[in-house]
Amino acid sequence: MQFMLLFSRQGKLRLQKWYVALSDTQKKKISREVIQIVLARKPKMCSFLEWRDLKIVYKRYASLYFCCAVEDQENELITLEIIHRYVELLDKYFGSVCELDIIFNFEKAYYILDEFILGGEAQETSKKNVLKAIEQADMLQEEAETPRSVLEEIGLT
Amino acid sequence: MPAVSKGDGMRGLAVFISDIRNCKSKEAEIKRINKELANIRSKFKGDKALDGYSKKKYVCKLLFIFLLGHDIDFGHMEAVNLLSSNKYTEKQIGYLFISVLVNSNSELIRLINNAIKNDLSSRNPTFMCLALHCIANVGSREMAEAFAGEIPRILVAGDTMDSVKQSAALCLLRLYKTSPDLVLMGEWTSRVVHLLNDQHMGVVTAAISLITCLSQKNPDEFKTCVSLAVSRLSRIVSSASTDLQDYTYYFVPAPWLSCKLLRLLQCYPPPEDGAVKGRLVECLETILNKAQEPPKSKKVQHSNAKNAILFEAISLIIHYDSEPNLLVRACNQLGQFLQHRETNLRYLALESMCTLASSEFSHEAVKTHIETVINALKTERDVSVRQRAADLLYAMCDRSNAKQIVAEMLSYLETADYSIREEMVLKVAILAEKYAVDYSWYVDTILNLIRIAGDYVSEEVWYRVIQIVINRDDVQGYAAKTVFEALQAPACHENMVKVGGYILGEFGNLIAGDPRSSPLVQFNLLHSKFHLCSVPTRALLLSAYIKFINLFPETKSTIQEVLRSDSQIRNSDVELQQRAVEYLKLSSIASTDVLATVLEEMPPFPERESSILAKLKKKKGPGAVSVNELEEGKREGGELNGGGERGGDNSAIATSNASTPSPSADLLGLRAGPPVTAAAPSAGSLLVDVFSEAGVNDDGFLSSAPPSVVSEDPAPPLPESNELLNKFVCKNNGVLFENQLLQIGIKSEYRQNLGRMYLFYGNKTSVQFVTFSTTVTCPGELQSQLNVQSKPVEPLIEGGAQVQQVINIECLTDFSDAPLLNIKFRYGGALQNLTLKLPVTINKFFQPTEMASHDFFQRWKQLSLPQQEAQKIFKANHAMDTEVLKAKLLGLGMALLENVDPNPENFVCAGVIQTKAQQVGSLLRLEPKRASSDVPINRAQQ
Repeated sequence: MQFMLLFSRQGKLRLQKWYVALSDTQKKKISREVIQIVLARKPKMCSFLEWRDLKIVYKRYASLYFCCAVEDQENELITLEIIHRYVELLDKYFGSVCELDIIFNFEKAYYILDEFILGGEAQETSKKNVLKAIEQADMLQEEAETPRSVLEEIGLT
Repeated sequence: MPAVSKGDGMRGLAVFISDIRNCKSKEAEIKRINKELANIRSKFKGDKALDGYSKKKYVCKLLFIFLLGHDIDFGHMEAVNLLSSNKYTEKQIGYLFISVLVNSNSELIRLINNAIKNDLSSRNPTFMCLALHCIANVGSREMAEAFAGEIPRILVAGDTMDSVKQSAALCLLRLYKTSPDLVLMGEWTSRVVHLLNDQHMGVVTAAISLITCLSQKNPDEFKTCVSLAVSRLSRIVSSASTDLQDYTYYFVPAPWLSCKLLRLLQCYPPPEDGAVKGRLVECLETILNKAQEPPKSKKVQHSNAKNAILFEAISLIIHYDSEPNLLVRACNQLGQFLQHRETNLRYLALESMCTLASSEFSHEAVKTHIETVINALKTERDVSVRQRAADLLYAMCDRSNAKQIVAEMLSYLETADYSIREEMVLKVAILAEKYAVDYSWYVDTILNLIRIAGDYVSEEVWYRVIQIVINRDDVQGYAAKTVFEALQAPACHENMVKVGGYILGEFGNLIAGDPRSSPLVQFNLLHSKFHLCSVPTRALLLSAYIKFINLFPETKSTIQEVLRSDSQIRNSDVELQQRAVEYLKLSSIASTDVLATVLEEMPPFPERESSILAKLKKKKGPGAVSVNELEEGKREGGELNGGGERGGDNSAIATSNASTPSPSADLLGLRAGPPVTAAAPSAGSLLVDVFSEAGVNDDGFLSSAPPSVVSEDPAPPLPESNELLNKFVCKNNGVLFENQLLQIGIKSEYRQNLGRMYLFYGNKTSVQFVTFSTTVTCPGELQSQLNVQSKPVEPLIEGGAQVQQVINIECLTDFSDAPLLNIKFRYGGALQNLTLKLPVTINKFFQPTEMASHDFFQRWKQLSLPQQEAQKIFKANHAMDTEVLKAKLLGLGMALLENVDPNPENFVCAGVIQTKAQQVGSLLRLEPKRASSDVPINRAQQ
């Protein structure tokens, strides 16, 4: 896989993961282009399309589009299920995930993705194992929590 | 704002994100962001040392701002500091920031690498994974330099945790992709391959991606992976859906791993080991069988996962291309999908069938679905599915269904989406050419293309139709008639005008007999389009006009008037003005003969790879046109007539012969600097190119009519073959023939009534000649006079190479004709066919005979009967040089008798012609008369 983009129906990018080295300008250009192409497609159209020398595999979940760009020889259907498994992972972690969860906890969305896919390839396809890894990290986090000031509590800094 | 579900929840971050979301305008958002950036900057610069939590929070805010699309130029150092925090969440945010915002600042990279190194050696699996994720996400060369040596060790070490192994495998893969030279598996190879046997499915899933990539680059070193992959696959395929616990996805056991295993096997040919192969075939059959079973779940995830494996299995079957049974089963399965209600499956079935169509085992099976595919082209609502259908029709096209498919594609073009029109046009053009059995169909198809989708018809396409019409004289009349009719349309595409102008300029005479398309009607029709056309087309039309003057002298005054008009001769466009001036001058100065030479019909185009195919290849990338297809294109293109990139307007007048009197050459100005218009540079070079060929023509072998390029029948002897023959009357060695492509050298020796001739065929080009063959025939009564046997010659002559052929000749009785040598070969697909006379003449069988003066004259006088004597008085073409004459006479094969004739100026010779049937003595006397330079020559036979 070369990159994965999550974006809203309004075309707002919610998550971007690049598995190839590109400059920021290139990334912006590609995101704009792909978002535009995918948003222009009607429902019921097929989930795959050719784009440059890559294949775009996308699926819409509620207000969010999940979109992967894979190399020509990659399997489209299994990529579609990569997307679905990622949605399942988010859903399980956040408990009925919605777009706002991903906006406010974007770093978590990235962590989960890194546990699932690394370097553009599936690393661990077991839902249990991925969530176990994330939960372990959260445990570490809670142990490490320190008390905070009152100002910090109400979010003023 | 949703309740933060887990972990700390950085409240300040959440408030900031809410603020941003509440901004009503872009300006407000930028203002809020700038305020935050200022705040963070002041915190970072402040005297008070920030605690880890605050640092984490601010770094995370910066990251959020960056991901919104704003530039971030600070904070990197703080992020790097977080890496060495011993608090997991701080470390985690630090790594995330670094992964997203890599900075090539060398100072920073050193610090980052240092932190990574510490985490890798921490033996804390969670920290190790974080570090490995960071390397995999950044994947820079600096990181490869620092860690490519260390990671394989982590990957194969016995005490490494499974999750770390998984990260290490994919981290290594990423580094290998960026810096393959730095990732050396060496001693680790075998242990890495054996990860395929690992008990942990997650480890196998991760490791196999690495192994596949490495196998593609070093198949030999990794080939043991084949049997391991087969047994792993076999275990998965035969497992019950619950066996693999959490690796079962919607009742499908390990779909990701299965797909990856099947993909890995595609890096290798079918297993040689019979048992392994048998096991694999069993797996593939099981997968195909499962496709027929009722689904275990109605969920789309179930069918997607199952079909993902099925499609990957079909890819492997196609890759092996050796199991007809599996190929046909695959094709049938895809056939079912063609009518599936899931658009995705229809799309993939069409795509996968495209590759099946190129296998000899399944091509016919694919063809049975033609109606479904045509229907898909007509009714699919999604353009990308229609595109696949068009691709498949193209792939399944052959001679048997070409007319149907081309017709369907043409009708689809009328409504086709703009995005795929150009490619469709190219495909129709290629199919029409490749499978044209009658050329009128081809011409109709291309003209239809121009009519339906003129804007998408690229130069290559219309050049091509012209090349083919020029090379096929059986279609020229039809083409002229058809373009004439097409041009009648009140609005016709400019490309139609180009083709029409070119073809009528060359072959308008073929329809001029009909008063409805008389020369003037043709001219007026073309000229009625003139003012609507762009400059390059007008330039082409002007060339067509001057060709008209040559074809139809009656149009001369009309056309000259047009050329003379201010709008031409004073046209602001340099190219048009130049043409008008030069053509006008040419038509008034040059004699009819000169005009006829300059404006002669175009010679056939040399054969090259179809330029359209090249264009499609370029458009779609190398993968789009299979090699198979290309080769076929080359092969079949030749039949029709391949064709160079030489088409183009200017070459309409390109036959101009370099020997043409200079005024016309100068007039055309072709040797001057490159013309000025935008279209001109290439046109200029085309002309130069053609002129250099004309230069070769001057050598006299190929005047203006090269040998017929298309007929399979042996061509008639070249007009110059008699002359070539005469050159060899007095010599046995030399160059018999030469043109731009081929040189034929000859070496021969004769003894008594037997001769042996060595022919040397030299390929002067850099392209190989294929299906090279020669035949030697003795026409008419020569058959009974001469026995000629030729050894077969190599069918392939590489560019620049020479092959030799030996011919044995036996003279049975006296003869006067020469045997014919027919040579056929394909050059860049085009059939070359030429016939020469083999220089075998009766004098080759002379045996010189010495005799004294007395004997000579006695015999001379005895030969008094009319049929025994021949005398010829002829003018010498050259000044007579005694030594040259002597050499010629010796070359004739007789003995030159010195001191025999009383007149020392005369030459006398004697010889015996050796034939199998008889020996015939011959005497010769040459009496040069210097004053009148008449040379009576006496020849007597006995």
